[in-house]
Formats: sequence, structure tokens, C-alpha cells
Amino acid sequence: MNVQSPVGADSWTVAGRTFTSRLIVGTGKYKSLQENAAAVEASGAEIVTVAVRRVNISNPNEPMLTDFIDPKEITYLPNTAGCFTADDAIRTLRLAREAGGWNLVKLEVLGEAKTLYPDMRETLRATEVLVKEGFEPMVYCVDDPIAAKQLEEAGAVAIMPLGAPIGSGLGIQNRVTIRLIVEGAKVPVLVDAGVGTASDAAQAMELGCDGVLMNTAIAEAKDPVMMARAMKSAVEAGRLAYLAGRMQKRRYADPSSPLAGLI
Amino acid sequence: MTVDHTVQVRINGEHRRVAQGISIAELVSELGLDPLRVAVERNLEVVPRSTLGDVKVEDGDDFEIVRFVGGG
Repeated sequence: MNVQSPVGADSWTVAGRTFTSRLIVGTGKYKSLQENAAAVEASGAEIVTVAVRRVNISNPNEPMLTDFIDPKEITYLPNTAGCFTADDAIRTLRLAREAGGWNLVKLEVLGEAKTLYPDMRETLRATEVLVKEGFEPMVYCVDDPIAAKQLEEAGAVAIMPLGAPIGSGLGIQNRVTIRLIVEGAKVPVLVDAGVGTASDAAQAMELGCDGVLMNTAIAEAKDPVMMARAMKSAVEAGRLAYLAGRMQKRRYADPSSPLAGLI
Repeated sequence: MTVDHTVQVRINGEHRRVAQGISIAELVSELGLDPLRVAVERNLEVVPRSTLGDVKVEDGDDFEIVRFVGGG
């Protein structure tokens, strides 16, 4: 085993595309496009989520995200955040495919504004339609191992359960169910939503997830660029700890120094 | 269509009058947008970028013109 660069040798593959960074970052809520770009660079992310919105026809010269984050270097993952029906999400992704020219997308169909919990009935329906149309959807979902299986059967290329509500920063609230999903899935599993700080990201990775997606935890940090660096380290640390295999827990103490030879 | 040779369309929810007979590519350019960086939906159907220059704008068309922006 190459102990010099175990992380460098580690990669994951979604829908035939291989990435070395296991951190996917959102591009919302930043103070400026410059800060956004600096945070993406510091995070080491190779994939960013983006939204599809109307151009401002009254001001066509508004600065564009693509001027700051180059889609040739960073994979743009169009997301359907803000869609509350399968039809809206499908319509959005058809436009995204035309704007970007690729099939790898992130589907999320929300159930209500208060919790931003996914509407799984609509999510499953949208997944089936999108797969028929040739899309490769990575799908935001509840932390339900059965729902995750159904999405996989419908053709989801990645399962993305929430660790806590979107934008809440509450940390991974559902380690048991996330772990069940990881054990049952044949496609990559990424925690999407809920991460608040670096230890949350490490915890997601220690559960065996293939990656973590976050936005607010970086964008709303006092220093987003520094937090992006922290998240990069945390995801790598959590992944290494998972691969290393943690020690068993004991109910009582076990001395680290030998008992033999005590004076 | 009127005698001044314009047609009325809706673009991103706003009513506009544009010259009769122009293509969608010309419409997008007239708005100051780069057709290579946006996607266009016409009456709920995506218009492939390769055909933007061929499809003529019709009276009453409803367009959505979108781009990528920051998001989670």
C-alpha cells in the first residue's frame, strides 16, 4: 500500500465519470462571485451545483457564474432546487441540458418550504421520466433505505440522502439510516444537506459515504474560503478513517502502556 | 401582427414587440445575450441551440431564456 498518497489513489465514479475529490459544493449564497470562485478553489471540489434561472433581459450584461468558475475545468451539476413538482423539475433539467450540453444532473423535488424535505412520490416519478429521456440523475432524497432502493431501480446514478434539513447546519442527524443506505446501494451515496461544520463532513465520510455535498456550511461561514479548506481536509480525513477501519468501542478503559514491567 | 411589421411575444414573463420574421437566434442577440450561453424554451418546448437560427419568432410566442446561476 502506498502510504505516501492514499488519498490521491482514491477516487469515485458516478455515471462513468471519475473524480478524486469527494466534496461537491454549491454556488449559492456567496457575497460575490469572486468569493464563490475562491471558495470552490480552496475546497478542491471538481463538481459544483448550479441553478437554472431566467436571464435578466433588462440587464443582459450582468456578470455570469461561468466567467468566474470555468465549466471546462469544474463539472457543473445543474440542480432543480426550488422545484416542488416533478413537471417543474423535468422542465428545468431539459433546459439545463440544453444550456450545458450534458446529462449528469441533480434532481431535487421539494415537498414544502418549511423543511425543504423531498417529496418522494414526485421525486421517483421525475427520476423515471428523466432516465427515459437519457438523463443521469443524482437524486436528493429522504434517508429511507427502501426509497433509496426504489430510486436506484428507477435509474438514479447516485443516491443523495439528507443528513438534516437543507441549510440547517444541524449535522448528520441520522447516522443509522445513512449507514443502511450505504450498505444497500450499488451506486454512490452522498450526504446532501445538513452539514454545518468540518466534523459533520468527516462523520458523513466515516459512515462510508462516497461523498458529501454542501453549500451553506461554507457560504455562511465567517470566512468561507477558510471553511472550504477545512471541509476539504475533513472529507479527506473522514474518508481515510473509514478506509483505515476504526477501533472497536469498549465500555471501559484499556491502558495504552504495557502493564508488564511496572516498577 | 400589426402594420408596423412587429409581433408581440412574451420573454421571461415580460411582453415585448419584436420585428416580424426574425429568428430566435436574432431575438436572443438583440436582447444582448450570447446564444451559446443560454437555453431557450418556446411555448414549453426546448429549442435546440443548433436550430435557434432556423426557427422564426411567431406572434404570441412565449419564451423562457435561462442560464446557470449560483445555487445549492
